[in-house]
Amino acid sequence: MDAPAIPFDPSSLQRLFDARIGHGGMLGVRYERHAADWCELALPYDARLIGQPDTGVMASGAIIALMDMATSCAVWIRRGGFVPQATLDLRVDYLRPATPGRTVIGRGECYRLTRSIAFVRGQAHDGDADDPLAHVAGTFMFTGTGA
Amino acid sequence: MKLPPYADTLGIALASAPGEPPLLTMAFGGAVIGRPGFLHGGAIAGLLEMAAIAALSHALGDEGDRIKPINVTIDYMRGGRERETWAQGIVTRLGTRIANVEAMAWQEDRTRPIAAARMHYMLTRVSASAA
Repeated sequence: MDAPAIPFDPSSLQRLFDARIGHGGMLGVRYERHAADWCELALPYDARLIGQPDTGVMASGAIIALMDMATSCAVWIRRGGFVPQATLDLRVDYLRPATPGRTVIGRGECYRLTRSIAFVRGQAHDGDADDPLAHVAGTFMFTGTGA
Repeated sequence: MKLPPYADTLGIALASAPGEPPLLTMAFGGAVIGRPGFLHGGAIAGLLEMAAIAALSHALGDEGDRIKPINVTIDYMRGGRERETWAQGIVTRLGTRIANVEAMAWQEDRTRPIAAARMHYMLTRVSASAA
């Protein structure tokens, strides 16, 4: 596996998000922190993302988007650079509803990397990492010719 | 049937007539773009989930039953391009406490889906007779 040509610095994502570019920018996602094989992003509570108007609970689709981004970033961090990839599948277990008003933190981890596939998992919580609200597992396929 | 604020934010609207099985459409725009030229997987997931909830609400009628998502598995089959996307859900089993729902999203050709979802929902029935 050759080193990717395009370096990837997760903290530079914040500039994209701040410019409100794309789906991540629209959601208001923020970069939090990262290490060798994981990345943490934050999704602040926003009335525009409500999925259940009677309770004010955030739409679960927004949680999927957050975890898709956090796990993607974990892959690029572990690969040591940006490589084009396509999501093959993503499974989300909703352990409990997100608490209205609270920022959701999503941590994505890339726990296995092969020549063409990245295996990821992650959890989301809204303040207490020991009380997660969602658990995800998924796979990405590298789509570039040099992947 | 009224869609929640999250659907408005994504540009999702109901394309079917009242009383018909709900068909949803999502316009292409800045809110749903991922990498340049393609839809974001999260936006596609959001659309599929809205289609599933719409299908389930339609199947349940106006009894006031509550639905809670338990889990979702999304398969991405093709990249979503810069055009309108459609989605429809099918309730494959409506039980007393659990509903199994599938949803499909496509663009110009319904036989070439871009993504599909399989979901479980927990139901809290208002009237016992609905069971």
